[in-house]
Amino acid sequence: MRAVISVIGKDTVGILAKVSEKCASMNANIVDVTQTILQDMFVMIMMVDISKLNCQFAEMASSFEKLGTDLGLSIHAMHEDIFNSMHRI
Amino acid sequence: MINLHDIMETITMIQDENLDIRTITMGISLLDCADSDIGRSCGKVYDKICRKAEKLVKTGEEIERMYGIPIVNKRVSVTPIALLLAASGGDPVEYAKTLERASQTIGVNFIGGYSALVQKGFAAGDEALIRSIPEALAVTDHLCSSVNIGSTKTGINMDAVRMMGQIVRQTAEQTAGRNCIGAAKLVVFCNAPEDNPFMAGAFHGPGEPDCVINVGVSGPGVVRAALAKLDKAADLTEVADLIKKTAFKITRMGQLVGTEASKRLGIPFGIVDLSLAPTPAVGDSVAHILEEMGLETCGCAGTTAALALLNDAVKKGGVMASSHVGGLSGAFIPVSEDAGMIAAAESGVLKLEKLEAMTAVCSVGLDMIVIPGSTTAEVISAIIADEAAIGMVNSKTTAVRVIPAIGKDVGDTLEFGGLLGSGPVMAVNPVSPAGFIHRGGRIPAPLQSLKN
Repeated sequence: MRAVISVIGKDTVGILAKVSEKCASMNANIVDVTQTILQDMFVMIMMVDISKLNCQFAEMASSFEKLGTDLGLSIHAMHEDIFNSMHRI
Repeated sequence: MINLHDIMETITMIQDENLDIRTITMGISLLDCADSDIGRSCGKVYDKICRKAEKLVKTGEEIERMYGIPIVNKRVSVTPIALLLAASGGDPVEYAKTLERASQTIGVNFIGGYSALVQKGFAAGDEALIRSIPEALAVTDHLCSSVNIGSTKTGINMDAVRMMGQIVRQTAEQTAGRNCIGAAKLVVFCNAPEDNPFMAGAFHGPGEPDCVINVGVSGPGVVRAALAKLDKAADLTEVADLIKKTAFKITRMGQLVGTEASKRLGIPFGIVDLSLAPTPAVGDSVAHILEEMGLETCGCAGTTAALALLNDAVKKGGVMASSHVGGLSGAFIPVSEDAGMIAAAESGVLKLEKLEAMTAVCSVGLDMIVIPGSTTAEVISAIIADEAAIGMVNSKTTAVRVIPAIGKDVGDTLEFGGLLGSGPVMAVNPVSPAGFIHRGGRIPAPLQSLKN
Protein backbone atom coordinates (compact mmCIF):
# COMPACT_ATOMS: atom_id res chain seq x y z
CA MET A 1 0.00 0.00 0.00
CA ARG A 2 1.33 3.40 -0.94
CA ALA A 3 0.28 6.98 -0.38
CA VAL A 4 1.08 10.25 -2.10
CA ILE A 5 2.15 13.21 0.01
CA SER A 6 1.81 16.50 -1.81
CA VAL A 7 3.39 19.73 -0.58
CA ILE A 8 2.44 22.99 -2.26
CA GLY A 9 3.46 26.49 -1.22
CA LYS A 10 6.26 28.99 -0.90
CA ASP A 11 9.74 27.48 -0.93
CA THR A 12 11.59 27.68 2.41
CA VAL A 13 14.56 25.98 4.05
CA GLY A 14 13.93 22.56 5.54
CA ILE A 15 10.59 21.52 4.01
CA LEU A 16 11.93 18.18 2.81
CA ALA A 17 13.61 17.55 6.18
CA LYS A 18 10.45 18.21 8.16
CA VAL A 19 8.24 16.11 5.93
CA SER A 20 10.71 13.19 5.90
CA GLU A 21 11.15 13.41 9.67
CA LYS A 22 7.38 13.07 10.06
CA CYS A 23 7.36 10.09 7.67
CA ALA A 24 10.09 8.38 9.70
CA SER A 25 8.26 8.98 12.98
CA MET A 26 5.23 7.11 11.56
CA ASN A 27 7.32 4.40 9.93
CA ALA A 28 6.33 5.41 6.39
CA ASN A 29 9.08 4.48 3.93
CA ILE A 30 9.82 7.11 1.26
CA VAL A 31 10.09 5.42 -2.15
CA ASP A 32 10.23 8.37 -4.49
CA VAL A 33 10.41 12.18 -4.39
CA THR A 34 9.90 14.71 -7.19
CA GLN A 35 9.94 18.43 -6.81
CA THR A 36 9.47 21.30 -9.18
CA ILE A 37 8.32 24.91 -9.44
CA LEU A 38 4.84 25.26 -10.96
CA GLN A 39 3.47 28.77 -11.51
CA ASP A 40 5.88 30.24 -8.90
CA MET A 41 4.84 27.62 -6.36
CA PHE A 42 7.07 24.99 -4.82
CA VAL A 43 5.52 21.59 -5.50
CA MET A 44 6.84 18.39 -3.98
CA ILE A 45 5.29 14.98 -4.48
CA MET A 46 6.46 12.15 -2.27
CA MET A 47 5.49 8.53 -2.74
CA VAL A 48 5.59 6.59 0.53
CA ASP A 49 5.05 2.97 1.45
CA ILE A 50 2.46 2.83 4.23
CA SER A 51 2.16 -0.92 4.70
CA LYS A 52 4.18 -0.86 7.93
CA LEU A 53 2.71 2.33 9.32
CA ASN A 54 2.71 2.49 13.14
CA CYS A 55 -0.58 4.42 13.23
CA GLN A 56 -3.86 4.61 11.32
CA PHE A 57 -3.67 6.22 7.86
CA ALA A 58 -6.32 8.75 8.90
CA GLU A 59 -4.04 9.82 11.75
CA MET A 60 -1.15 10.25 9.33
CA ALA A 61 -3.32 12.34 6.98
CA SER A 62 -4.42 14.69 9.75
CA SER A 63 -0.91 14.99 11.17
CA PHE A 64 0.40 16.11 7.74
CA GLU A 65 -2.43 18.58 7.43
CA LYS A 66 -1.42 20.02 10.79
CA LEU A 67 2.24 20.19 9.73
CA GLY A 68 1.07 22.09 6.63
CA THR A 69 -0.81 24.62 8.75
CA ASP A 70 2.24 25.08 11.00
CA LEU A 71 4.56 25.66 8.05
CA GLY A 72 2.12 27.79 6.03
CA LEU A 73 2.01 25.19 3.24
CA SER A 74 -0.67 22.96 1.82
CA ILE A 75 0.30 19.37 2.69
CA HIS A 76 -1.95 16.43 1.94
CA ALA A 77 -1.44 12.71 2.34
CA MET A 78 -3.78 10.74 0.09
CA HIS A 79 -4.04 7.05 -0.70
CA GLU A 80 -2.48 6.10 -4.03
CA ASP A 81 -5.72 4.45 -5.24
CA ILE A 82 -7.47 7.77 -5.83
CA PHE A 83 -4.86 8.75 -8.44
CA ASN A 84 -4.71 5.30 -10.00
CA SER A 85 -8.45 5.09 -10.40
CA MET A 86 -8.74 8.56 -11.89
CA HIS A 87 -5.85 8.38 -14.33
CA ARG A 88 -5.51 4.68 -15.22
CA ILE A 89 -8.02 2.55 -17.06
CA MET B 1 4.78 6.03 -10.78
CA ILE B 2 1.84 8.33 -11.39
CA ASN B 3 3.09 11.51 -13.01
CA LEU B 4 3.20 14.91 -11.39
CA HIS B 5 0.67 16.41 -13.76
CA ASP B 6 -1.95 13.77 -12.95
CA ILE B 7 -1.42 14.19 -9.22
CA MET B 8 -1.70 17.97 -9.44
CA GLU B 9 -4.83 17.66 -11.58
CA THR B 10 -6.59 15.51 -8.98
CA ILE B 11 -5.54 17.78 -6.11
CA THR B 12 -6.67 20.92 -7.98
CA MET B 13 -10.04 19.33 -8.75
CA ILE B 14 -10.63 18.63 -5.06
CA GLN B 15 -9.08 21.77 -3.55
CA ASP B 16 -10.09 24.46 -6.04
CA GLU B 17 -12.85 23.11 -8.26
CA ASN B 18 -15.23 21.65 -5.66
CA LEU B 19 -14.93 18.03 -6.74
CA ASP B 20 -16.68 15.92 -4.16
CA ILE B 21 -18.72 12.81 -3.71
CA ARG B 22 -22.16 14.28 -3.21
CA THR B 23 -23.64 11.32 -1.39
CA ILE B 24 -23.27 7.75 -0.25
CA THR B 25 -26.83 6.52 0.05
CA MET B 26 -27.65 3.20 1.68
CA GLY B 27 -30.83 1.68 0.31
CA ILE B 28 -32.62 -0.49 2.87
CA SER B 29 -35.62 -2.69 2.12
CA LEU B 30 -38.30 -2.52 4.80
CA LEU B 31 -40.57 -5.12 3.21
CA ASP B 32 -39.74 -7.59 5.99
CA CYS B 33 -40.79 -5.02 8.62
CA ALA B 34 -44.44 -4.94 7.54
CA ASP B 35 -46.78 -5.90 10.36
CA SER B 36 -50.53 -5.69 10.86
CA ASP B 37 -49.87 -3.61 14.00
CA ILE B 38 -48.43 -0.18 13.22
CA GLY B 39 -46.58 0.05 16.54
CA ARG B 40 -44.74 -3.21 15.92
CA SER B 41 -44.13 -2.23 12.29
CA CYS B 42 -42.52 1.07 13.34
CA GLY B 43 -40.41 -0.76 15.94
CA LYS B 44 -39.04 -3.14 13.31
CA VAL B 45 -38.40 -0.26 10.88
CA TYR B 46 -36.38 1.63 13.50
CA ASP B 47 -34.38 -1.46 14.48
CA LYS B 48 -33.57 -2.49 10.92
CA ILE B 49 -32.42 0.99 9.81
CA CYS B 50 -30.27 1.44 12.91
CA ARG B 51 -28.78 -2.06 12.53
CA LYS B 52 -27.96 -1.78 8.83
CA ALA B 53 -26.79 1.84 8.77
CA GLU B 54 -25.11 1.91 12.18
CA LYS B 55 -21.63 2.38 10.68
CA LEU B 56 -22.60 4.30 7.53
CA VAL B 57 -21.58 7.78 8.71
CA LYS B 58 -18.39 6.57 10.41
CA THR B 59 -17.35 4.57 7.32
CA GLY B 60 -18.04 7.55 5.07
CA GLU B 61 -15.81 9.71 7.24
CA GLU B 62 -13.02 7.10 7.21
CA ILE B 63 -13.08 6.97 3.42
CA GLU B 64 -12.97 10.77 3.29
CA ARG B 65 -9.79 10.73 5.37
CA MET B 66 -8.23 7.90 3.39
CA TYR B 67 -8.65 9.40 -0.07
CA GLY B 68 -8.76 13.05 0.91
CA ILE B 69 -11.98 13.59 -1.02
CA PRO B 70 -15.01 15.17 0.70
CA ILE B 71 -18.14 13.02 0.94
CA VAL B 72 -20.74 15.69 1.54
CA ASN B 73 -23.76 13.60 2.51
CA LYS B 74 -24.45 10.23 4.03
CA ARG B 75 -28.05 9.26 3.49
CA VAL B 76 -30.51 6.40 3.75
CA SER B 77 -33.33 5.52 1.37
CA VAL B 78 -36.03 3.04 2.30
CA THR B 79 -38.88 1.07 0.72
CA PRO B 80 -41.84 3.35 -0.13
CA ILE B 81 -43.67 3.64 3.18
CA ALA B 82 -47.06 3.31 1.45
CA LEU B 83 -46.24 -0.42 1.01
CA LEU B 84 -45.87 -0.85 4.78
CA LEU B 85 -48.91 1.27 5.45
CA ALA B 86 -50.93 -1.08 3.23
CA ALA B 87 -50.29 -3.87 5.73
CA SER B 88 -50.45 -1.94 8.99
CA GLY B 89 -53.04 0.80 8.44
CA GLY B 90 -53.10 3.49 11.14
CA ASP B 91 -51.68 7.02 11.12
CA PRO B 92 -48.88 7.26 8.51
CA VAL B 93 -47.21 10.11 10.42
CA GLU B 94 -46.09 7.47 12.97
CA TYR B 95 -43.77 6.14 10.25
CA ALA B 96 -42.52 9.66 9.52
CA LYS B 97 -41.61 10.16 13.17
CA THR B 98 -39.95 6.73 13.31
CA LEU B 99 -37.81 7.49 10.24
CA GLU B 100 -36.85 10.87 11.69
CA ARG B 101 -35.84 9.24 14.99
CA ALA B 102 -33.77 6.61 13.12
CA SER B 103 -32.05 9.27 11.01
CA GLN B 104 -31.03 11.13 14.17
CA THR B 105 -29.73 7.97 15.84
CA ILE B 106 -27.47 7.04 12.92
CA GLY B 107 -26.57 10.67 12.12
CA VAL B 108 -27.44 10.80 8.41
CA ASN B 109 -28.21 14.09 6.61
CA PHE B 110 -31.44 12.90 5.02
CA ILE B 111 -33.68 9.85 4.93
CA GLY B 112 -35.88 9.31 1.86
CA GLY B 113 -38.74 6.98 1.13
CA TYR B 114 -41.87 8.58 2.57
CA SER B 115 -43.20 7.67 -0.83
CA ALA B 116 -45.99 6.14 -2.85
CA LEU B 117 -45.97 4.70 -6.38
CA VAL B 118 -49.35 5.51 -7.89
CA GLN B 119 -48.64 5.78 -11.63
CA LYS B 120 -51.67 3.65 -12.46
CA GLY B 121 -53.88 4.03 -9.42
CA PHE B 122 -54.12 3.99 -5.64
CA ALA B 123 -53.68 0.73 -3.70
CA ALA B 124 -54.28 0.34 0.03
CA GLY B 125 -52.16 2.84 1.96
CA ASP B 126 -51.28 5.07 -1.01
CA GLU B 127 -53.94 7.73 -0.60
CA ALA B 128 -53.58 7.92 3.18
CA LEU B 129 -49.84 8.34 2.84
CA ILE B 130 -50.13 11.09 0.23
CA ARG B 131 -52.68 12.99 2.35
CA SER B 132 -50.32 12.81 5.34
CA ILE B 133 -47.30 14.29 3.50
CA PRO B 134 -47.84 17.94 4.58
CA GLU B 135 -47.99 16.98 8.26
CA ALA B 136 -45.16 14.42 7.97
CA LEU B 137 -42.80 17.00 6.44
CA ALA B 138 -43.85 19.66 8.97
CA VAL B 139 -43.05 17.53 12.03
CA THR B 140 -39.71 16.20 10.75
CA ASP B 141 -36.40 17.75 9.66
CA HIS B 142 -34.55 15.01 7.80
CA LEU B 143 -37.37 13.17 6.06
CA CYS B 144 -37.86 13.40 2.28
CA SER B 145 -40.94 12.41 0.36
CA SER B 146 -41.71 11.51 -3.25
CA VAL B 147 -44.68 10.34 -5.26
CA ASN B 148 -44.52 8.72 -8.69
CA ILE B 149 -47.59 9.75 -10.66
CA GLY B 150 -46.79 8.52 -14.16
CA SER B 151 -44.60 6.38 -16.38
CA THR B 152 -44.04 5.66 -20.06
CA LYS B 153 -45.52 2.19 -19.62
CA THR B 154 -48.64 3.20 -17.68
CA GLY B 155 -49.45 6.79 -18.65
CA ILE B 156 -50.25 9.51 -16.11
CA ASN B 157 -52.58 9.14 -13.14
CA MET B 158 -54.35 12.51 -13.30
CA ASP B 159 -56.26 11.89 -10.06
CA ALA B 160 -52.88 11.73 -8.33
CA VAL B 161 -51.70 14.81 -10.24
CA ARG B 162 -54.75 16.75 -9.03
CA MET B 163 -54.10 15.64 -5.48
CA MET B 164 -50.39 16.48 -5.60
CA GLY B 165 -51.09 20.11 -6.57
CA GLN B 166 -53.02 20.47 -3.32
CA ILE B 167 -50.43 18.52 -1.32
CA VAL B 168 -47.52 20.68 -2.54
CA ARG B 169 -49.43 23.83 -1.54
CA GLN B 170 -50.46 22.44 1.86
CA THR B 171 -46.88 21.30 2.54
CA ALA B 172 -45.61 24.83 1.88
CA GLU B 173 -48.41 26.33 4.01
CA GLN B 174 -47.69 24.06 6.97
CA THR B 175 -44.02 25.08 6.93
CA ALA B 176 -44.63 28.73 5.99
CA GLY B 177 -42.85 29.84 9.18
CA ARG B 178 -39.70 27.97 8.09
CA ASN B 179 -39.36 29.36 4.53
CA CYS B 180 -41.80 26.73 3.22
CA ILE B 181 -38.98 24.18 3.58
CA GLY B 182 -41.42 21.25 3.52
CA ALA B 183 -42.04 21.68 -0.20
CA ALA B 184 -38.27 21.51 -0.85
CA LYS B 185 -38.34 17.96 0.52
CA LEU B 186 -41.16 16.75 -1.72
CA VAL B 187 -40.74 15.55 -5.31
CA VAL B 188 -43.41 14.47 -7.79
CA PHE B 189 -41.98 12.04 -10.34
CA CYS B 190 -42.75 10.52 -13.71
CA ASN B 191 -40.63 7.39 -14.44
CA ALA B 192 -39.02 7.51 -10.97
CA PRO B 193 -35.80 5.44 -10.77
CA GLU B 194 -35.72 2.86 -7.97
CA ASP B 195 -32.02 3.28 -7.17
CA ASN B 196 -31.64 7.05 -7.06
CA PRO B 197 -29.21 8.17 -4.33
CA PHE B 198 -30.13 11.88 -4.59
CA MET B 199 -32.65 13.61 -2.35
CA ALA B 200 -35.40 14.54 -2.13
CA GLY B 201 -36.45 11.81 -4.56
CA ALA B 202 -34.50 8.82 -3.20
CA PHE B 203 -36.43 5.70 -2.26
CA HIS B 204 -35.49 2.02 -2.27
CA GLY B 205 -37.58 0.40 -4.98
CA PRO B 206 -39.40 -2.91 -4.43
CA GLY B 207 -37.18 -4.54 -7.09
CA GLU B 208 -33.98 -3.74 -5.21
CA PRO B 209 -32.00 -6.14 -2.97
CA ASP B 210 -32.30 -6.12 0.82
CA CYS B 211 -29.55 -3.57 1.32
CA VAL B 212 -27.35 -1.76 -1.19
CA ILE B 213 -24.86 1.13 -1.45
CA ASN B 214 -25.44 3.74 -4.16
CA VAL B 215 -23.16 6.69 -4.82
CA GLY B 216 -23.87 10.09 -6.35
CA VAL B 217 -20.97 12.13 -7.71
CA SER B 218 -20.76 15.84 -8.33
CA GLY B 219 -18.37 18.15 -10.10
CA PRO B 220 -19.84 20.97 -12.23
CA GLY B 221 -16.87 23.11 -11.13
CA VAL B 222 -14.41 20.61 -12.61
CA VAL B 223 -16.20 20.57 -15.97
CA ARG B 224 -16.38 24.37 -16.07
CA ALA B 225 -12.70 24.73 -15.19
CA ALA B 226 -11.75 22.24 -17.93
CA LEU B 227 -13.83 24.15 -20.49
CA ALA B 228 -12.33 27.46 -19.39
CA LYS B 229 -8.88 26.13 -20.35
CA LEU B 230 -10.11 25.03 -23.80
CA ASP B 231 -9.34 27.25 -26.78
CA LYS B 232 -12.29 29.62 -27.34
CA ALA B 233 -12.25 28.72 -31.04
CA ALA B 234 -12.59 24.97 -30.33
CA ASP B 235 -15.67 23.51 -31.98
CA LEU B 236 -18.48 21.67 -30.16
CA THR B 237 -17.09 18.23 -30.98
CA GLU B 238 -14.01 19.17 -28.97
CA VAL B 239 -16.22 20.57 -26.22
CA ALA B 240 -18.17 17.30 -26.03
CA ASP B 241 -14.96 15.24 -25.99
CA LEU B 242 -13.50 17.30 -23.17
CA ILE B 243 -16.68 16.94 -21.10
CA LYS B 244 -16.62 13.17 -21.67
CA LYS B 245 -13.03 12.89 -20.47
CA THR B 246 -13.74 15.01 -17.42
CA ALA B 247 -16.93 13.10 -16.58
CA PHE B 248 -14.93 9.87 -16.81
CA LYS B 249 -12.48 11.09 -14.16
CA ILE B 250 -15.23 12.36 -11.87
CA THR B 251 -17.15 9.11 -12.12
CA ARG B 252 -14.06 7.03 -11.34
CA MET B 253 -14.02 8.72 -7.94
CA GLY B 254 -17.60 7.60 -7.37
CA GLN B 255 -16.76 4.06 -8.40
CA LEU B 256 -13.73 3.98 -6.08
CA VAL B 257 -15.62 5.36 -3.08
CA GLY B 258 -18.64 3.11 -3.70
CA THR B 259 -16.50 -0.01 -3.98
CA GLU B 260 -14.59 0.86 -0.83
CA ALA B 261 -17.75 1.67 1.16
CA SER B 262 -19.36 -1.55 0.00
CA LYS B 263 -16.28 -3.57 1.07
CA ARG B 264 -16.03 -1.93 4.48
CA LEU B 265 -19.73 -2.21 5.26
CA GLY B 266 -20.12 -5.71 3.79
CA ILE B 267 -23.06 -4.56 1.68
CA PRO B 268 -23.32 -4.98 -2.11
CA PHE B 269 -22.47 -1.99 -4.31
CA GLY B 270 -25.42 -0.88 -6.40
CA ILE B 271 -24.82 1.97 -8.82
CA VAL B 272 -23.00 5.21 -9.43
CA ASP B 273 -25.32 8.06 -10.35
CA LEU B 274 -23.36 10.01 -12.98
CA SER B 275 -24.63 13.39 -12.09
CA LEU B 276 -23.44 16.94 -12.29
CA ALA B 277 -25.07 18.21 -9.12
CA PRO B 278 -24.48 21.92 -8.48
CA THR B 279 -24.27 23.68 -5.14
CA PRO B 280 -24.76 27.38 -4.39
CA ALA B 281 -20.97 27.66 -3.86
CA VAL B 282 -19.08 29.90 -6.27
CA GLY B 283 -17.63 27.82 -9.13
CA ASP B 284 -19.97 24.84 -8.68
CA SER B 285 -22.71 25.76 -11.12
CA VAL B 286 -24.20 23.94 -14.13
CA ALA B 287 -25.42 27.27 -15.54
CA HIS B 288 -21.83 28.50 -15.61
CA ILE B 289 -20.81 25.47 -17.70
CA LEU B 290 -23.43 26.43 -20.30
CA GLU B 291 -22.17 30.02 -20.18
CA GLU B 292 -18.57 28.79 -20.57
CA MET B 293 -19.71 27.09 -23.79
CA GLY B 294 -20.56 30.53 -25.16
CA LEU B 295 -24.03 31.55 -23.95
CA GLU B 296 -24.20 35.08 -22.55
CA THR B 297 -26.59 34.04 -19.79
CA CYS B 298 -28.21 30.69 -19.05
CA GLY B 299 -31.80 30.87 -20.30
CA CYS B 300 -31.08 32.60 -23.62
CA ALA B 301 -31.79 30.89 -26.96
CA GLY B 302 -29.37 28.00 -27.36
CA THR B 303 -29.58 26.91 -23.72
CA THR B 304 -31.54 23.74 -24.47
CA ALA B 305 -29.04 22.68 -27.15
CA ALA B 306 -26.05 23.37 -24.91
CA LEU B 307 -27.66 21.43 -22.06
CA ALA B 308 -28.45 18.50 -24.38
CA LEU B 309 -24.77 18.33 -25.39
CA LEU B 310 -23.65 18.53 -21.76
CA ASN B 311 -26.09 15.90 -20.51
CA ASP B 312 -25.23 13.42 -23.23
CA ALA B 313 -21.46 13.89 -22.88
CA VAL B 314 -21.64 13.41 -19.09
CA LYS B 315 -23.40 10.07 -19.59
CA LYS B 316 -21.04 8.89 -22.34
CA GLY B 317 -17.97 9.74 -20.27
CA GLY B 318 -19.37 8.28 -17.08
CA VAL B 319 -20.70 5.00 -18.39
CA MET B 320 -17.28 3.50 -19.05
CA ALA B 321 -15.93 4.67 -15.71
CA SER B 322 -18.35 2.63 -13.67
CA SER B 323 -19.43 -1.00 -13.63
CA HIS B 324 -23.08 -0.15 -12.93
CA VAL B 325 -24.72 3.15 -13.68
CA GLY B 326 -28.18 4.14 -12.51
CA GLY B 327 -30.23 6.70 -10.63
CA LEU B 328 -30.89 9.97 -12.38
CA SER B 329 -27.53 10.26 -14.19
CA GLY B 330 -27.12 13.55 -16.04
CA ALA B 331 -26.96 17.27 -15.40
CA PHE B 332 -29.20 18.67 -12.66
CA ILE B 333 -30.74 22.10 -13.01
CA PRO B 334 -32.06 22.97 -9.53
CA VAL B 335 -32.53 26.75 -9.62
CA SER B 336 -32.02 27.62 -5.94
CA GLU B 337 -28.97 25.33 -5.63
CA ASP B 338 -27.03 26.82 -8.53
CA ALA B 339 -25.40 30.27 -8.33
CA GLY B 340 -25.58 30.75 -12.12
CA MET B 341 -29.25 29.74 -12.32
CA ILE B 342 -30.12 32.07 -9.43
CA ALA B 343 -28.41 34.99 -11.19
CA ALA B 344 -30.07 34.14 -14.52
CA ALA B 345 -33.51 33.91 -12.88
CA GLU B 346 -32.99 37.16 -10.97
CA SER B 347 -31.99 38.99 -14.14
CA GLY B 348 -35.16 37.74 -15.82
CA VAL B 349 -33.34 35.85 -18.60
CA LEU B 350 -34.21 32.40 -17.24
CA LYS B 351 -37.94 31.82 -17.12
CA LEU B 352 -40.11 28.89 -16.07
CA GLU B 353 -41.04 28.11 -19.68
CA LYS B 354 -37.37 27.85 -20.70
CA LEU B 355 -36.66 25.64 -17.71
CA GLU B 356 -39.48 23.36 -18.82
CA ALA B 357 -37.90 23.05 -22.28
CA MET B 358 -34.53 22.32 -20.65
CA THR B 359 -36.04 19.47 -18.65
CA ALA B 360 -36.73 17.61 -21.90
CA VAL B 361 -32.97 17.13 -22.31
CA CYS B 362 -31.57 17.20 -18.75
CA SER B 363 -31.60 14.43 -16.20
CA VAL B 364 -34.49 15.44 -13.96
CA GLY B 365 -37.01 18.23 -14.17
CA LEU B 366 -38.33 21.44 -12.69
CA ASP B 367 -36.22 21.42 -9.57
CA MET B 368 -36.08 23.80 -6.60
CA ILE B 369 -38.11 26.51 -8.28
CA VAL B 370 -39.75 29.08 -6.02
CA ILE B 371 -43.16 30.19 -7.29
CA PRO B 372 -45.52 32.91 -6.02
CA GLY B 373 -47.50 32.04 -2.87
CA SER B 374 -50.69 32.91 -4.70
CA THR B 375 -50.25 30.08 -7.24
CA THR B 376 -53.35 27.86 -7.10
CA ALA B 377 -53.28 24.11 -6.51
CA GLU B 378 -54.70 23.62 -10.02
CA VAL B 379 -51.81 25.52 -11.63
CA ILE B 380 -49.29 23.45 -9.63
CA SER B 381 -51.10 20.27 -10.74
CA ALA B 382 -50.96 21.46 -14.34
CA ILE B 383 -47.20 22.17 -14.06
CA ILE B 384 -46.80 18.62 -12.74
CA ALA B 385 -48.92 17.24 -15.62
CA ASP B 386 -46.86 19.12 -18.25
CA GLU B 387 -43.61 17.88 -16.78
CA ALA B 388 -44.87 14.30 -16.45
CA ALA B 389 -45.99 14.40 -20.08
CA ILE B 390 -42.45 15.33 -21.18
CA GLY B 391 -41.07 12.39 -19.21
CA MET B 392 -43.74 9.96 -20.33
CA VAL B 393 -43.39 10.71 -24.04
CA ASN B 394 -39.59 10.84 -24.02
CA SER B 395 -39.11 7.73 -21.83
CA LYS B 396 -37.10 9.67 -19.26
CA THR B 397 -37.38 10.63 -15.63
CA THR B 398 -38.93 14.00 -14.99
CA ALA B 399 -39.83 15.53 -11.68
CA VAL B 400 -41.35 18.61 -10.13
CA ARG B 401 -40.06 20.18 -6.94
CA VAL B 402 -41.61 23.65 -6.76
CA ILE B 403 -41.88 25.68 -3.59
CA PRO B 404 -44.89 27.99 -3.30
CA ALA B 405 -43.51 30.92 -1.28
CA ILE B 406 -46.48 31.59 0.98
CA GLY B 407 -47.04 35.34 1.38
CA LYS B 408 -44.39 36.23 -1.21
CA ASP B 409 -44.48 37.27 -4.85
CA VAL B 410 -42.21 37.89 -7.84
CA GLY B 411 -39.29 40.07 -6.72
CA ASP B 412 -39.00 38.38 -3.31
CA THR B 413 -36.48 35.67 -2.39
CA LEU B 414 -36.78 32.55 -0.28
CA GLU B 415 -33.68 31.54 1.73
CA PHE B 416 -33.24 27.87 2.60
CA GLY B 417 -29.56 27.87 3.54
CA GLY B 418 -27.00 25.10 3.11
CA LEU B 419 -27.05 22.99 -0.05
CA LEU B 420 -30.64 24.02 -0.80
CA GLY B 421 -29.51 27.62 -1.34
CA SER B 422 -31.90 30.47 -1.99
CA GLY B 423 -34.28 31.16 -4.83
CA PRO B 424 -35.94 34.22 -6.34
CA VAL B 425 -39.71 33.86 -6.74
CA MET B 426 -40.28 33.15 -10.45
CA ALA B 427 -43.34 34.22 -12.40
CA VAL B 428 -45.94 31.55 -13.19
CA ASN B 429 -48.62 31.85 -15.86
CA PRO B 430 -51.72 32.29 -13.65
CA VAL B 431 -54.37 31.48 -16.30
CA SER B 432 -56.56 28.67 -14.95
CA PRO B 433 -56.25 25.06 -16.17
CA ALA B 434 -58.83 24.02 -13.51
CA GLY B 435 -61.32 22.43 -15.93
CA PHE B 436 -58.65 20.12 -17.35
CA ILE B 437 -57.22 19.19 -13.95
CA HIS B 438 -60.61 18.48 -12.33
CA ARG B 439 -61.52 15.94 -15.01
CA GLY B 440 -59.20 13.43 -13.33
CA GLY B 441 -58.83 9.96 -14.82
CA ARG B 442 -55.72 8.80 -16.64
CA ILE B 443 -53.73 9.99 -19.63
CA PRO B 444 -53.14 6.79 -21.62
CA ALA B 445 -49.60 5.48 -22.14
CA PRO B 446 -48.00 6.74 -25.36
CA LEU B 447 -47.16 4.70 -28.44
CA GLN B 448 -43.64 3.35 -28.51
CA SER B 449 -43.51 3.33 -32.29
CA LEU B 450 -44.33 5.93 -35.01
CA LYS B 451 -41.87 8.24 -33.26
CA ASN B 452 -41.89 11.59 -34.98
